[in-house]
Formats: sequence, C-alpha cells, structure tokens
Amino acid sequence: MRQSIEWMVGGQQGEGVDSTGELFAKTLVRYGYSVSTYKQFMSRIKGGHTNYKIKATDTRNYYSGDGIDILLCLDKETLTKNGVNLNEGAVVIQEGKEILVEVKQTDHGTSFTEFTVPLKKIATDLGNPLAKNMIALGISAGLVELPVEVLNSFIEDIFAKKGEKVIASNKEAVLKGVELTKTHVSDQINALSVVPVSDQLFISGNEATAFGSLMAGCRFLSAYPITPASEVMEWLSDELPKVGGTVMQVEDEIAGICFAVGASYSGTRAMTSTSGPGLSLKTEALGMAGMSEVPIVIVNSQRGGPSTGLPTKHEQSDLNQMIYGTHGEIPRIVLYAATIEDAFYIAAEAFNLADKYQCPVIVGLDLGLSMNKMTVPSFDPARVKIDRGKLITDEEAKEYGETHFKRYRFTEDGISPRPLPGMPHAVHTTSSNEHDESGYISEDQTNRIQMMRKRLEKVRHAMIQEPFKYDDNGGETDIVLVGMGSTYGMIQETIKQLNEEGVVSASHLHIQQLYPLPTDKLEPLLTGKRVVTVENNYHGQLLQLLKQHMPIHNNAEAITQYDGDPFTVRTIAKQVKELISWQR
Amino acid sequence: MATVKDLRGDQPTWCPGCGHFSIMAGIQKAIVQLGYEPHEFAIVSGIGCSGKVSEYVRTNGFHTIHGRSVPIAQGVKMGNQKLKVIASGGDGDGYGIGLGHFVHASRRNIDMSYIVMDNNIYGLTKGQTSPRSEHGFVTKTTKEGNKEYPVDPVSTSLVNGATFVAQAFAGDIKQMVDIIERAIEHKGFSHVNIYSPCVTFNKINTYDFYKERLTKIDEPFENRDEALAKVRELDGLVTGVLYEEKRSDFQDKLGIDFDTQSCANGEMDVDLFHRVEKQFQ
Repeated sequence: MRQSIEWMVGGQQGEGVDSTGELFAKTLVRYGYSVSTYKQFMSRIKGGHTNYKIKATDTRNYYSGDGIDILLCLDKETLTKNGVNLNEGAVVIQEGKEILVEVKQTDHGTSFTEFTVPLKKIATDLGNPLAKNMIALGISAGLVELPVEVLNSFIEDIFAKKGEKVIASNKEAVLKGVELTKTHVSDQINALSVVPVSDQLFISGNEATAFGSLMAGCRFLSAYPITPASEVMEWLSDELPKVGGTVMQVEDEIAGICFAVGASYSGTRAMTSTSGPGLSLKTEALGMAGMSEVPIVIVNSQRGGPSTGLPTKHEQSDLNQMIYGTHGEIPRIVLYAATIEDAFYIAAEAFNLADKYQCPVIVGLDLGLSMNKMTVPSFDPARVKIDRGKLITDEEAKEYGETHFKRYRFTEDGISPRPLPGMPHAVHTTSSNEHDESGYISEDQTNRIQMMRKRLEKVRHAMIQEPFKYDDNGGETDIVLVGMGSTYGMIQETIKQLNEEGVVSASHLHIQQLYPLPTDKLEPLLTGKRVVTVENNYHGQLLQLLKQHMPIHNNAEAITQYDGDPFTVRTIAKQVKELISWQR
Repeated sequence: MATVKDLRGDQPTWCPGCGHFSIMAGIQKAIVQLGYEPHEFAIVSGIGCSGKVSEYVRTNGFHTIHGRSVPIAQGVKMGNQKLKVIASGGDGDGYGIGLGHFVHASRRNIDMSYIVMDNNIYGLTKGQTSPRSEHGFVTKTTKEGNKEYPVDPVSTSLVNGATFVAQAFAGDIKQMVDIIERAIEHKGFSHVNIYSPCVTFNKINTYDFYKERLTKIDEPFENRDEALAKVRELDGLVTGVLYEEKRSDFQDKLGIDFDTQSCANGEMDVDLFHRVEKQFQ
C-alpha cells in the first residue's frame, strides 16, 4: 500500500495533456486525496512540450512534488525532459508498436520499468482513436488500484454532450487500461490506501481569488486578457451576470483599470486583473486611485519578466513594482497569498481594505499559484465580513449641511466620509490633482502638507487577518526561511527534510502582507536570526524589502531562482546546505 | 428646480476670452434647461485647460488623468446605471493620448456624452502642436511648421459606430446648448466636438477664423456616408448634429438586471457561496 503518488503526463500542446492530467487529478481528489498540481506550458497554441504534474497524498500537501512515480508519455520528449525526476522504481508508460515491458536505468542510475503500449492502435480497435489517453489513464488507475467508477463518473460528465456511444467507448478504454496493467505489469501494482473522503475543493489560485472577490460583493471587473491572470476574468464572466454584475474585456490595460476606478467611484465594488506588463501600463491610473482616494482592487499575477519576458513561466519579480510602482507617493496596500486557500480570504479582505482606507489594494499572485489547482478545505464564508468603511448615505451627508460636500475632509484617522455620486445632498468633487478638502485644485503649501500626511498616514495601521504565517518548527531554530506566494509548500517540505536529515533546523515565515509591512510583528521573529529568503527573482526583492525595514543586514541572504520554473525541494535544500557550510 | 447659479463650482482660471468659458456655460445651461439637478450628473474630465471643467461645473466631478476621461466615465456608468455621465477633455487629451479609448467608446455605445473642447493646440503646457493642429502650424515644437496632418474627430466617431455625432462652436452658444442638450438626451455614446479658440497660444484658429468658415447644418444626415461626405467636403468646418441613430445601448444589449450597488456591511451571501462552491467539489 502507498500513501502518496507522484504522477505526470507529458506531450505536445494540443494533445489533451491538460485535460488528461486534470481528469486524473480530479479522480484522486474524489478518492479523498490531497492533491497539488503544476502545469508546464509554452507560449503557443499547438506544439511544444507540455506536462501536468500531480502529487497526491493522504495528508494535506501544498506542493506538487520533486519526483515522479508514474510518467505517462504522449510524446518522446516527455521522458527526455522529465526522466531526471523519476523516483526509484517508477513506471514509465510509452506509446509504441507493441506491448513491451523493460527495466531500464536513467543517466543518474535510477531504475524504472518502461511499459510500452500501442495506445493508438488499441483505441482504434475499440472504435474511438481519441480514447488513447483514456487507456493510459486506465493503466495509471490500475497501477494504484483506483476504482474505475470514480473515473467513469467524470467521463459521463465530460462527454455528456457527445452521447452514449462516446461515453461507452471511453469507459471501455479505461477498463482496457486496467486490464493491460493486470496482465503485463501486475508486479508494479501498488494500491493507494483508502482515506476518508473529506469536504474539499479542487481549485486554482485564480479561481479562489475570483471566488473571494465575488463573495466580497465585487460586481464589476474590467480587464485585458493576459497570461496568467485571464482566468480571473473568464471565471467572473460566467458568475457576475448571475448576480447583477458584469465583466468587461476592454481595449487595453489602461482602460482595464480606468473602467474599474470609474465603477468604484460610483459605488460598485470593482476590480481589474492583470500580470506584470499590464501592471506597468496601469501604474499612472494606480496613482490616480491613490491620489483621488478611490478604492480599487488590482490583481497582479506575476510571470517571467521583464518586458514580455517569459509569458508562460513562473516568477516573483514584481514585488518592487507592486510596492513602489507609480510616480509620486500614494497610499496603497499590497497583499500576496501564501496558498490557494488564503487567496480566497485575501481577495475578500482586499475589497474591505480598499473601502476602509479608500486606496488601491494590490493582490499579488504568481503563475504557480494562479494557474495550478490544489485541494483545499472548503472556505468559511463567515471568516470575512463585508466592511464598506466610511461610505455614507445621503441622510448622513445631509447632516453636514454643505452645498458642495467636502470629499476630502480632514479627520483624525485621515479617512474622509465618502458619499457617492447621485446622492442629492452630497454633490462632490473627486480629483487626481492636489486638492483641498472640497476637492478643488489647490497649490497652497500648508494644504499640500496636510493632504500628503492625510493620505500617506491613513494606511499605516492597515492589517489583514493573517499578515504572515509563521512556523517556529517546535522551538529555537538555526535559520529562518522566508518566502511569499507559491513557494509555501516547497519551503515547508524543505524544512521537514532538512530536519529529518539533521542538517539544520529552520523556522518558516511566509509573508502575506507586503505593504505596509507588519514590521512590529516581524522584527522579533527575524532580528538576531540567520534570515534566508527563498524567492523567484534575481535581486532578492523580498530580502531587500526586509532589510529596508529591519536590522538584519549582517545576517541575511537570498536563495533565488529566475529560470522560469518554480523551486523544487531539492534545489532549496541544496542551497540552504551550501549557505550553511559556507559560513562554517 | 436648479438654476445656472446652482451649477457654479470653483472659480474658473482660464484666460479671459477662452472658448472654454462658453462651453462650461453651455453645459450648465443644458443641464438646467433639461430640468436636471446637479447630483444627477457626473462629469469626468481629463487633463489640460479643459480638464478643469469638472470642478467649474458643480455637479459630481472627477478630475482624472491625461487621456483617460472616456474609459473612466464609461466605468462610472457601468457602476451606476442611473447617473447621467459626461466625459470632457481637450483635443490633446482625447485625440492624442486618449485616441484609442475614443474609438472604442464609439463602437461600444455606452450611454454617455463626450464633449471635446477642441482648440487645436496644447494650451496648459504653453503652446505645443496638438493632434488637431493643421498642417504647417508653427509652434514651439514645430518651428518649421507641423509636418503631420490633423486627426479628423467627427469622421473617426462616425466611422467607428458612434450613435450621435455633432460639432459645435464656442462662438455660437445658442446652437451649442441645443446640441449639448440633444447629446445628453441621446441614449448611447454621443460625441460632440466643440471648436474652442485658444486666445493665448493659437493665432490661427481664432473666433473670426471659425465665423468666416463654418457652415451650419440644421438636420442630421440620413446616413453616415452622407455625413462623412459633408465633413470631407467642408474640411471639417461644419457645425450641427451630423448623425443620430436610435439603437439599444451597450448596457441594454448585455441584458443584465444590474444590481451593482447593493453590497452592504455584514455577512457574505452564504446561499451564493454554497451554490458556487459546488463547481469546485
């Protein structure tokens, strides 16, 4: 019996790699397993190697894993590119002329069983050449003794529109796969233990972010298509009209933010979603939202930069842009979910913070988090309550007795009561020019100083429910590994591994609120410790940020990777070991 | 019933004699004559001399950034379908840095008005050539004369599907007010280009220049081609409503029962949560 499985399907883009991977993942989810996935893909529609990696475990996991137990190859490149990651005793399923079972070794000396099957031919014989991937899935299911009923229920859903015949042939293909396994590689069968089925969702970071936004009352999204953020827009395109809202795909990135700012100004909870190049284009309007104190939520799913960079690859290099981007100085809040589960709550909280502090809130994501699905315990809708801040009614506005309502009234906390356009007693001016309390242009120096302080100090105490995650790993540790976004699972597993090996003890800090940085709370965790950030960029932007705010300069380094791939536990562990030995 | 006085906002700082004064007055007068109250409007302006109109006309105003009044104004309308929305800016703002948005707003047909104060020059930056400056126009940045040819605003909106296209002149307030009223009442995207002489920096396109050359039309043309032909024939020197088409606007076409503003303090909608959650199970 096994408690976990690492599985990958690879092939050429357009060959159904994605759908095959997702189907197997969902089957494992339905079986009760905790599943993490990672999709590798290229910036083209057809052709080029792509793969879908799954790790399923009987306890909760947050990382799709370094290794492979079963590798399903739909093209020749799959084995060449991924053979290096095979675990000892792995099974490799290959397309070939005839059935063949061979034990082989990789260049690194890992032995594996290669099971060659004429998938296409068998599928054609079954009367449905398109079902070849289903045979391969049947083989996979057979190798871990997954009940075919689970796979079949998905087949019924997927092919519902194609009719009984197609459903039947696909089911038959799965059975054929299971049978092939039993007949030819029965010694490789190792069943997955049965786990209790729990109430879990299988969802991507983009979907969780969009879902959280919907639940927070967001009713308008305007955006421009961009990888890896498009799914936020696509998902809400289906959901918003059902609740009286709408998504607009507009002419460009600038319009994307401008429409949303306009909708938010008029009182609708509104957002835009983008990736690095789009955020670059949006930065002037971002400044406008900050200056004119209009709430706005901007989702930025990072990809490989700079410029067009690596558009379908993972990176975490927009930290500086999210925190500092735009001319002049504006109030803003920058959040970055550690896990897909957190993405739901952070999106919802972002709308509250935007309303409460009347400023832009940037919700950071990265390709790893955005595009890959993971199982999460179902969300708790009671955890975040909708808070619209100092939004006032016409009645309340009337009490001020002003002909022209002072939109930028000075208050103790710097936040002004906010009426909406359309209220009879609250005609007011909103402005991106420096302005006085009435919103009218002012170049008066005293006013300028007061207004700057009002705006920039109001966000100082902004704080989400969980500004960071910290695991002290049971006590005093040698080092603190610090991360953000989708590195959560890898860092967690690295620490576990290093601990087991007795190499070094490490605690884990994962920051979810990057700006304003919760320095008071972070300082006791970091000062006097050896700090090692783990981040997907060249400069170590997270390290720079921490150094800027805390006295950790003499004892802090960054482990960086910017090749477009996410970290593996192997690479982080190796680099931690190097750092440690180097100091000794 | 609001009066023009109720629509006076901040004290204008335009140069004495600037065409923008007349356009501001035209907007105020149109709103009053149509019987609206100031709170029913949102005027979204861009940057430049013209951008200040959102402060000078006392309705709800949003003085935004250069070239973006049109997308922001459309967003305002999407956020609150009941507001009357006017975007306003200059020729540099709308036909230079913001031209893309103008084309898309024309084809999208959201119910709003776009009033452009066209003075054929960059005034607030003190006299550089604009996308509306005529060929050969001499400015600080085109000392040998402008080598480019001007953008044709009304043809652009006509060609790209705007359902109301008009042109007016700041020197003819009566006609201008009538046009602005019709633009406000038009359901869909209405574009009004208004010749507004810059008395400080533009010594070519003066009040007299326009008075001598403009041809007034009384009735809109039957179709876009006729309107386009006339604009071409008169080299753009024509005023009046050139074209108007009754067509359902963008929001009608969406067919959504809008409910964008009811988000209030309290718990998340648990029923909605459970309905949506199912797709991820």
